[in-house]
Amino acid sequence: MSSGNEIIVGGHKVAHHFDSAEQEFEASKLGIWLFLCTEILMFGGLFVGYVIFHNIYPEMFAEGAKHLDWRLGSLNTVVLLLSSFTMVLSIYYAQTNQQKKTSNMLLITFLCGLVFMVIKAFEYYHKFHLGLYPGSYFSYEHAEHANLAMYFSFYFLMTGLHGTHVLVGMFLIAWLWIRSRRKEFNKDYYTPLEVVGLFWHLVDIIWIYLFPLLYLVG
Amino acid sequence: MSASHAEGKNYLNCEKGLWSWLTTLDHKRIGIMYMITVMVFFAVGGTFAMLIRGELYSAGRNIVGPETYNQFMTFHGAIMVFMVIIPGIPAFLGNFFLPMHLGAKDVAFPRVNLLSWYCLIVGAAISLVSLIYNGVDTGWTFYTPYSIETNNGTTWMVAGAFVMGFSSILTGLNFIVTTHKLRAPGMTFFNMPLFVWALYSTAVLQVLATPVLGITLMLLIAERVLGVGIFDPTLGGDPVLFQHFFWFYSHPAVYIMILPAMGIVSEIITAFSRKVIFGYKAIAFSSVGIAVVSFFVWGHHMFTSGQSEAAGILFSFITMLVGVPTAIKVFNWVATLYKGSVRFDSPMLFALGFLFLFTIGGVTGIMLATAGLDIHFHDTYFVVAHFHYVMVGGTLMAIMGGFYYWLPKMFGRMYNEFWARITFVLIFVGFNVTFFPQFILGAMGMPRRYYDYLPEFQSLNRISSFGAWTIGTGFLIALFVIIHSIRRGEKATSNPWGAKTLEWTTSSPPPHENFLETPVVTGGPYEFR
Repeated sequence: MSSGNEIIVGGHKVAHHFDSAEQEFEASKLGIWLFLCTEILMFGGLFVGYVIFHNIYPEMFAEGAKHLDWRLGSLNTVVLLLSSFTMVLSIYYAQTNQQKKTSNMLLITFLCGLVFMVIKAFEYYHKFHLGLYPGSYFSYEHAEHANLAMYFSFYFLMTGLHGTHVLVGMFLIAWLWIRSRRKEFNKDYYTPLEVVGLFWHLVDIIWIYLFPLLYLVG
Repeated sequence: MSASHAEGKNYLNCEKGLWSWLTTLDHKRIGIMYMITVMVFFAVGGTFAMLIRGELYSAGRNIVGPETYNQFMTFHGAIMVFMVIIPGIPAFLGNFFLPMHLGAKDVAFPRVNLLSWYCLIVGAAISLVSLIYNGVDTGWTFYTPYSIETNNGTTWMVAGAFVMGFSSILTGLNFIVTTHKLRAPGMTFFNMPLFVWALYSTAVLQVLATPVLGITLMLLIAERVLGVGIFDPTLGGDPVLFQHFFWFYSHPAVYIMILPAMGIVSEIITAFSRKVIFGYKAIAFSSVGIAVVSFFVWGHHMFTSGQSEAAGILFSFITMLVGVPTAIKVFNWVATLYKGSVRFDSPMLFALGFLFLFTIGGVTGIMLATAGLDIHFHDTYFVVAHFHYVMVGGTLMAIMGGFYYWLPKMFGRMYNEFWARITFVLIFVGFNVTFFPQFILGAMGMPRRYYDYLPEFQSLNRISSFGAWTIGTGFLIALFVIIHSIRRGEKATSNPWGAKTLEWTTSSPPPHENFLETPVVTGGPYEFR
């Protein structure tokens, strides 16, 4: 409403309730860090459940991990690590006003996310084909451990929740890509890149934990 | 400057029409939308309470059968917890006054603030779908394995609570960032009003505990839809794990409900004693202390669920620790009253009512924290009475006090003092008549959540039912007092109580950006000298 004293920095209009662009940037960063805390606690519930049942049925988890292909898991790990790297580069190029490179890096990041999801889809499809469904839909006949279905409950819940986050991240990165094509980011204004970047790194880190817990356990 | 700063313009009339409200980014308007929402939900949840007491008026069947009764009880609990008390103070009064207390123009993320309101509405709508499936009969705690087996309404109610959780998270996140980044010049942490300290501690709980509820409810939905087996003993799972997860959120949630109430009481007691609050830092830090300890006490809900004896003793001990910061607050409030020039306007009456009832609620909490005693009291009306003394005697009394206290600021109108005092008398007396007998019933062994009871419990249950209807009448009159005040009340001055916090330095109702000029703070919030 206070149209008289607008602050415009790097082509971006600072919201009316902030005194400076720096204050706005700091607030956004604190906000996203708090949001990441909530994400960690949310995944934390699943990790705690995993630890408890791994303690009770270690052989079940070892048997379940044999059904996963560690090579596909490793490939996906590499893909996500690469995407985190290109995400960082996109921020670096924004900070140094190289806008063409910023949008290219965002595009690569997005494509990495896509590759990850495609590989994941192949893995899921393969499991469904064998009847390795979660919980009560489990129909695999050669299970050695009586509760093997629970391993796949954890597998699908954890990778499913993580995959949903990858999709959300890809959506956000696509949105950033469109904005960066419009040359909206520069050395004075790159807050959305920073914020989405932090979210993307968290998604990456969660996978770094999921990979050994699900693929390499036992 | 802009048009909103012209004479007679304020946040209520600077834009017009329903659409301007539904799309508003003004924290004050969002606060008012929360006010209306919470009042509607309170009316619904309260109606269920009246019906419950109607059914329990006599032994045997009175108005509904056992299945319907279980649904009444579940809806009363779930609505009051998730839709009334949790958003009640932070999202309504907090939204309105936290930025004003800090001398800010708005919360840090106004769009996120609006989103949080929509989360509450969408979540509430989703939980209403459960009515199609013949309701929910699990109680608000959704304990497994029963919640896995019962009808499909449960899935919708749980999904609704999941969405409403985001509302709470987003509000908390906004408050933390606002408190850190948007304080006016000179507003150091120790110049902040105690209401802000209380909301800040609450926000930490909202941000750190609610996601755990989110994943728990998601697992419960997965359990019902996919049969994942994590909480299902027939598939190798553990139903007590659900209780651990659930209370890891829901115990801190109890402090999400009571901490902001303590903040309101701090404001009212100092304003109506016309005295600097006694032990400012002690009250501020005890809020943070309660928030921290609250994460480590969830096991006291499971003294009879087969957790190990060592865990029981540990949880029992840590739970009693909560009594320390809580007692610090109570003693400081009493010390503030001492030799103050006390005025007994309605906000103060409610604050004193809080002090009295909350202390009873707190002390009976210590009794329940004692693991040995809890074996006897567990799942009896003693527990019901205890948490109603805290949640109604504490939080609702504080909401009413805060409502009357800030009504002149929010709407620029005074309320009718005589009728407001009548509501206090009805609610306070009715409350004690309702819930004190329940302590006795519980100690005699009447189990909670049952639709029927032994004939010897009947006379005390009748007293309790009459008390409940008295409270209901009190709140009904309060509704008329509030509506009358907003529509026809006398015009309020900018500071009718002579209080010292920043919101009273601007006009009533405040302009769009709260203050015509950013305030510069030079001292503490309660400088009555």
